[in-house]
Amino acid sequence: MAEGTPNFKVTIDNITIEVPAGTSILEAARKIGGDVTPPAMCYYSKLEGSGGKCRTCLVEVSKGSEKDPRPMPKLVASCRTGVMDGMEVKNITSPRVIEARKGVVEMLLINHPLDCPICDQAGECDLQDLSYEHGTEGTRFEFDKRVFEKEDIGDYIQLHMTRCILCYRCVYTADQLTGERQHGVLERGERSEISTYLGKSLHNDFIGNVIDVCPVGALTDKTFRFKQRVWFTKPVDAHRDCENPKCCGKVRLWMRGDEVFRVTARKDQWGEVEGWICNECRFHKKETKDWIIEGPSNVSRYSVISQGHYVNTVPQPKIIDKVIGKEPKLLLNIHDVSEVNRPEIELSEIPGPAHSDDFEKKDDKKLNN
Amino acid sequence: MKLLLEHAHVEGIRYYDAYRKHGGYRSVEKALKMSPDEITEEVKKSGLRGRGGAGFPTGMKWSFLAKPEGVPRHLVCNADESEPGTFKDRYLMEFIPHLLVEGLIVSSYALGSNLTFIYIRGEYAWIVDILEQAIAEAKSNGWLGKNIAGSGFDCEIYVQRGAGAYICGEETALLESLEGKRGNPRIKPPFPAVKGLWGRPTVVNNVETLAAVVPIINMGGEEYAKIGVGRSTGTKLMSACGNINKPGVYEIDMTISVEEFIFSDQYCGGIPKGKRLKACIPGGSSVPILPANLLLKTAKGETRYMNYESLSDGGFQTGSMLGSGGFIVFDEDQCVVRHTMSLAHFYMHESCGQCSPCREGTGWMYRILKNIEYGKGKMSDIELLWDIQGKIEGNTICPLGDAAAWPVAAAIRHFRDEFEWHVLNPEESQTRNYGLAHYADPVYVPAVS
Repeated sequence: MAEGTPNFKVTIDNITIEVPAGTSILEAARKIGGDVTPPAMCYYSKLEGSGGKCRTCLVEVSKGSEKDPRPMPKLVASCRTGVMDGMEVKNITSPRVIEARKGVVEMLLINHPLDCPICDQAGECDLQDLSYEHGTEGTRFEFDKRVFEKEDIGDYIQLHMTRCILCYRCVYTADQLTGERQHGVLERGERSEISTYLGKSLHNDFIGNVIDVCPVGALTDKTFRFKQRVWFTKPVDAHRDCENPKCCGKVRLWMRGDEVFRVTARKDQWGEVEGWICNECRFHKKETKDWIIEGPSNVSRYSVISQGHYVNTVPQPKIIDKVIGKEPKLLLNIHDVSEVNRPEIELSEIPGPAHSDDFEKKDDKKLNN
Repeated sequence: MKLLLEHAHVEGIRYYDAYRKHGGYRSVEKALKMSPDEITEEVKKSGLRGRGGAGFPTGMKWSFLAKPEGVPRHLVCNADESEPGTFKDRYLMEFIPHLLVEGLIVSSYALGSNLTFIYIRGEYAWIVDILEQAIAEAKSNGWLGKNIAGSGFDCEIYVQRGAGAYICGEETALLESLEGKRGNPRIKPPFPAVKGLWGRPTVVNNVETLAAVVPIINMGGEEYAKIGVGRSTGTKLMSACGNINKPGVYEIDMTISVEEFIFSDQYCGGIPKGKRLKACIPGGSSVPILPANLLLKTAKGETRYMNYESLSDGGFQTGSMLGSGGFIVFDEDQCVVRHTMSLAHFYMHESCGQCSPCREGTGWMYRILKNIEYGKGKMSDIELLWDIQGKIEGNTICPLGDAAAWPVAAAIRHFRDEFEWHVLNPEESQTRNYGLAHYADPVYVPAVS
């Protein structure tokens, strides 16, 4: 804490914390951590001017400050509202906030394609987590969703505008990191879209970072698209001496066996990039020999990514026998018609990534050879 | 009582000579002998409230302007009048442009703005020429430029055209657009009075507000405050349209009743073809619609007057707002569902798309309303609409979200049976309108002769 800046006491959901003046409510809540922290889809602490747009971080200020104890009439965006001394904030303890957040999540999802099964971001998607925690089951939206054409914006990045929630993070990243922004928001209202001006492509040394800041699967890594689900890959921290002075060289490799499937920047517990990396590191260094491996990354045990360990899985108990007292009639046994995933093969015993060869019968193999 | 439009019908008032002959630029002469703070004090005393819609006291807004040493300050005139039903500024700028220029010079002097902008909506292309000519005339007569009338005060006024976006009428979006960026509203705080145009302290005022500064300086703030009633001082321009005999811009002194305004021959002149009044939007499309029985009398049974307090009497439950003065009258043949749908379409089209509730919610509301209007609605849609508007209102960056939610909310609140009739009679609703129901007094006799 810098000298001279006074400390403000702020109470969030009955937990009091002291933070330096000028801190936003969201940053104060992140210092407390846990459920008290409002979710943020557009705010990014590393990007100046971001935030305030998605409205998921709305909180209720029940007491303005010690000097002016009046509550704020509207819910405020915690990411862009500074704390005051003696401020009292209600997040999960306020039914108004819960209701409004539910509304915002619903609004974010009405035009989202919900194509998680084929989306590369699935498993590390902020919107997935948000809707899981704060959303409702089902939708009340009965109209055609907004659809955009997929757009090819350069050699490395694929833009899938239909999935975009218009957080503007990539715009700020390009503005502040690369200094020469080639994309922005066109049109307005629900027709607004992220795009380059007249089909230009993005080619800047640092443009790959827009993939990392994207909270959804709108900007995806073309060198990784459809290669692997993220929870099948194992995150490993690594570094190298990058020639680019602006690149921090500290990355996370997503590996399966010895194969590096993709390279991303390291992210902290709030899903924010710790240090920006250049395109060279991200897209071209996909060999283990390029990197000095530091060890496995810390992945929150609540993350889907930590769920991808199939070693020694316990088979599901057959409750159905007990319930109806007899074996259920099997209409179609998948193993009679498909060669894939044969039950006698133990997945955890296969070295490296599983391949269709591994499931083929030995004598079939002989025949083929 | 007429203050702003007093000489509106004088031959050649658009040009400097006629304007000057009818007492033009007297307020500048008077103001330059006063100190800037004295002018602000006069405006405070006058009780003038912002005429753009929100009704915030202008003097107070001016006194909030930060005045750091060595940082230029700006005054920006908001002429981006895009609210459906509001066209008062257009009239003022088109016929007496010098009144605005005069008000701008006085206000610029009061606020210390050497560089003042008029941000005008792009569709008012011909008014840009009128204003620029007025500015050129003022400049050649020594009311603008360096050292105005020997006072040592320099001021330049520039006209900037918008590109046709309703959202740029919101003051921070206007500033963004004026800076040459995409017209997205900024997140407040900081307010423009602290960090506005190019990060400098800025005051953004409506055309009519700035024009009203002229009579305030001419007659003195206290005299001005005597006109009108309570906190609604001075005169207000109303742009009346819809089902009335005499649509147009009227200057009222806020003491007349709504009934008089609609039915007297001096103002709107009643409803054509002897039809009956169904509903009215008293202050531009964003404010809640009121059924006839609540429009003429408040819920307490008192007469409703054309001023800020009386029109908002009863809150949004049984009242509305004076807003920007776009007075839209509906007769018995109008369909509230269709009207709400077209407003919802407008807000869907004009949402900037920055924050999610407004971007997604406005389109959702429009689609549901379209279904109901075209006989495809369900009963549950009405509840859903109510729920959606509640989730937009108050949760957005700028007031456009509120402006989109309020008309829908008010229509459902007061005209729910019309919505239900549309749902229950999908075929009949395509062939005829619902009519009056209980909204208007069936044996209405105009009280004003």
